[in-house]
Amino acid sequence: MTDKLTPPSATPKPDAPPPLDSEVAQLAAPEREIAVEVGDKLVEIQNLTMRFGGLTALDDVSFDIKRGEILGLIGPNGAGKTTCFNAMTGVYRPTEGQVLLEGEAIGRRKQHKITRLGIARTFQNVRLFGEMTALENVVVGLDARHKVGVWGSLFRTPRLYREEKEAIDRGMALLEFVGIADKAMDQASALPYGYQRRLEIARALATDPKLLCLDEPAAGFNPAEKEELMELIRTIRDDGYTVLLIEHDMRLVMGVTDRIVVLEFGKKIADGLPKDIRNDPTVIAAYLGEED
Amino acid sequence: MDQWITLDWEALGANFWSATVDGLTFGGIYALVALGYTLVYGVLNLINFAHSEVFIVGAYAIVFTLTSLGFGPSVPNLAWYAIAANLLLAVVFGMLASAITAFIVERVAYKPLRDKGAPRLVFLISAIGMSFVIQYLIFVWRGPNPEPSVIMFENKAIFDIGGTLIYFDSILIVSAAILMMILVDQFIRRTKLGRGIRAVAQDPDTATLMGVNRERIIISTFIIGGLLAGVAALFYVMKVPSGVLYLGGFLLGVKAFTAAVLGGIGNVRGALLGGLLLGLIGNYGQILLGSAQWTDVVCFVVLIVVLMVRPEGILGSNLGKVRA
Amino acid sequence: MSTGTPMGGASESQARADELVEETTKPSRLRGLSYWWNHLPRTGQWGFLLIAVAAAFALPLVNIPLITTEPGNNWPLACAEMARYALVAIGLNVVVGQAGLLDLGYVGFFAVGAYVAALWTSPDSTLVHIPYLLTLPLAAMVTVVFGVLLGIPTLRLRGDYLAIVTLGFGEIIRLLATIIPALKGQVGFQNVGRPPGQDADGNDVFVNSAGAPWYWLTITVIIVIMIALGNLERSRVGRNWIALREDEDAAEIMGVPTFRFKLWAFGIGAALGGGAGAIAAGQIGFVNNQRFDVQMSIMFLVAVVLGGQGNKFGAIIGGALVAYIPLRFTAIAEYKYLIFGAVLVVLMIFRPQGLFGKRPHLLTFERRAHKRIANLSEAPSAPATKEAGQ
Repeated sequence: MTDKLTPPSATPKPDAPPPLDSEVAQLAAPEREIAVEVGDKLVEIQNLTMRFGGLTALDDVSFDIKRGEILGLIGPNGAGKTTCFNAMTGVYRPTEGQVLLEGEAIGRRKQHKITRLGIARTFQNVRLFGEMTALENVVVGLDARHKVGVWGSLFRTPRLYREEKEAIDRGMALLEFVGIADKAMDQASALPYGYQRRLEIARALATDPKLLCLDEPAAGFNPAEKEELMELIRTIRDDGYTVLLIEHDMRLVMGVTDRIVVLEFGKKIADGLPKDIRNDPTVIAAYLGEED
Repeated sequence: MDQWITLDWEALGANFWSATVDGLTFGGIYALVALGYTLVYGVLNLINFAHSEVFIVGAYAIVFTLTSLGFGPSVPNLAWYAIAANLLLAVVFGMLASAITAFIVERVAYKPLRDKGAPRLVFLISAIGMSFVIQYLIFVWRGPNPEPSVIMFENKAIFDIGGTLIYFDSILIVSAAILMMILVDQFIRRTKLGRGIRAVAQDPDTATLMGVNRERIIISTFIIGGLLAGVAALFYVMKVPSGVLYLGGFLLGVKAFTAAVLGGIGNVRGALLGGLLLGLIGNYGQILLGSAQWTDVVCFVVLIVVLMVRPEGILGSNLGKVRA
Repeated sequence: MSTGTPMGGASESQARADELVEETTKPSRLRGLSYWWNHLPRTGQWGFLLIAVAAAFALPLVNIPLITTEPGNNWPLACAEMARYALVAIGLNVVVGQAGLLDLGYVGFFAVGAYVAALWTSPDSTLVHIPYLLTLPLAAMVTVVFGVLLGIPTLRLRGDYLAIVTLGFGEIIRLLATIIPALKGQVGFQNVGRPPGQDADGNDVFVNSAGAPWYWLTITVIIVIMIALGNLERSRVGRNWIALREDEDAAEIMGVPTFRFKLWAFGIGAALGGGAGAIAAGQIGFVNNQRFDVQMSIMFLVAVVLGGQGNKFGAIIGGALVAYIPLRFTAIAEYKYLIFGAVLVVLMIFRPQGLFGKRPHLLTFERRAHKRIANLSEAPSAPATKEAGQ
């Protein structure tokens, strides 16, 4: 455990998470086979429409998420970003259209099944299991991949021991990965806010997602913390995950994403590289007066 | 095993119309109590488990008032306007007692928890505790037996429709329930306080931002629910003179709650519809199955079926958030 | 229920891990009793448990002045009742405390269990008779069926609806016991069976008037159940229960099959309630439609809430207290519902976590994690420290 990998970022900041040693990197990396190649379409959102009564929150929205990229989903308040998220993770059933993961429609599956298929998310307002420790929170995420059930737990089968041991190792590695391993045994609700945000990311990563959706992960952060978060998101991508990022902070989005989709009033108005989006007149018009 | 369910269709056929009238009468009482559940649920998104005790306290106040005014187990020998005045006085006391109880329940079992931002389960348990406390305060004070009956007036048949006699109390209760419902409905729609209640029900945070005093709205809602329970208590004493005992609230409360869910909890008109329907179902079931004890079973089964099939109720809950 | 010791750790890093246990548990957990307990070595914990179990077995034999319920109530019988309440509280704790499902009709399962024991052992019943001890697992199985049948339609509902539906279920069971002729209403069943066994003088050991044997039977069941529930707690099952209690939607999105785990909690709770009912039927020797009312459900709830929701040891204490207080202080027994109702309100306002607010351990290899944290701080990222160390 002495030899270290070079940290993914060129210049680690003094208070940035400690660089990862190889064991941690290995344990925290995704484990699953993904059918599509890097750069190919991992998720396809096809003609997604969401209506609530008379209100159309999403109107015929289509875009792709390619494996290995960080895709930014932006738009003014009420543009339908979170609705889009919710439709992708099974919280809402789309009125029309569908979401394909690796070419297969996620359809009307239950939320926990969609998580097992490989879409994980964090929440805009942190929703941890407050009574549990940080590590236990992460292990709940890991449990999504565990097979042992009530009988196996009751009679303490070898598989249970294997899974439980692996859960500790992988859980601790994930906490180290997001830089909060020192607080692994603290109650989640007692953690500082920044730690809670990171813990949510670790818990989502624990489900071993093919796609990680982050819903405004930088909300309530100061610039230094945002900088660290950008670093973390890049590390996550470099580790082999695909990331969908909803964010208000334009600087953060421009700095970290590979591609950006812009929504306004439930419609997609732009889709392109950050530098193109920055100069897109439609986007500028949509954000006019919302400059931050 | 002996056959324990026998469906007596003949009895139901023979008594259908009187069962209908009777069912609607009970339904009117359920509806008035159901309103209390619905209003509090609308504003707080919580079932007020202690509402049944709010109701029974009103019933006690009415019995005590009438007894001290000289009413007793026999038909009073008074002119109709004298009776009306006495009943009016009694119902005012009943409404007061219920409203004060509702206020105390809110202050003791809800307010401190709201201030702490406690989870839902904590509210439910404290309301259950409160209901238990009131129930057994009554028990300790009055013992296990019902209060002696109080007869309010000579209950004459007013109409005879094809052999079915319709009595005065039925007409009074059903029309009063409908009238109260219209009043509450208009109150919620038209007055400033009513608009506040609706605003808090729809979106408490925004309502607070828009300058609605949420605390005041919550207290008012409890008190309105209490006042209506007081009215219901008068009709309950009228219809079930021997039913004023410490457990009486619990037994009626579950039915009223079922009525609220049946019509769509959080929905004022739903409370009336649910109440009347449940009254009918309960009464038909009782006759069909041959024993009064079946009324409760039938009501519970209705509750479970409604929650399974259409948890938002017949008219739909205003909040649309019944399922988890 | 071996919990495994961390593999191959130098004693130094073990010591550091222990220190860390101390540091990391201090701010967030209750200090005192549970703190002391967590810092005992495994052997010490087992030692204390053995002493506690031995003391528990001796309880009905030692009649300590002031603590005893006599002369008002026979002490061994009081012990049996306390143990019974404790068993019920443990079962209800799985439902309310762990999975966060408010069940107000728990007495319904208790009643079903009692009737199962009565129907299959009492001479008043026309059914085939089986040995009494077999009715305990039978009662558990039958109540699981009831629990699942009730749970499937209702467990998708929000918490407060579940509360009222279960309340209704409890009442239906009670009313059915009155209405169904085969259940004999208030007449009930006499001479419910009991376990075999005779003492040296040839007298039956298990008689209705002797509390101690019943007490020992009950706490033996309790110990088995505690081990089983401990196993469930420190696994995916326990974690998923707590997760869905804390935030059901978030749990579902994190991949927890919430409905399935709610149903398990409900079923396990029902089984334990049914088993306790069968034991009660045997000890009292008589079952009829009285006493299975809402009040009893609420008393069970008080037991769980008083002990501390989610803590199975707390549930034992809570259950025992709820039974003990009215038996010991006979002067206030009449007001017990009033008092315990007030206890509910006061607890919710001032101490919603109950007397023992300690949350359960949810990881099988928690010490392994402590060791990793210890390693973490032993080798900080600054290279200078590392060189100095080697």
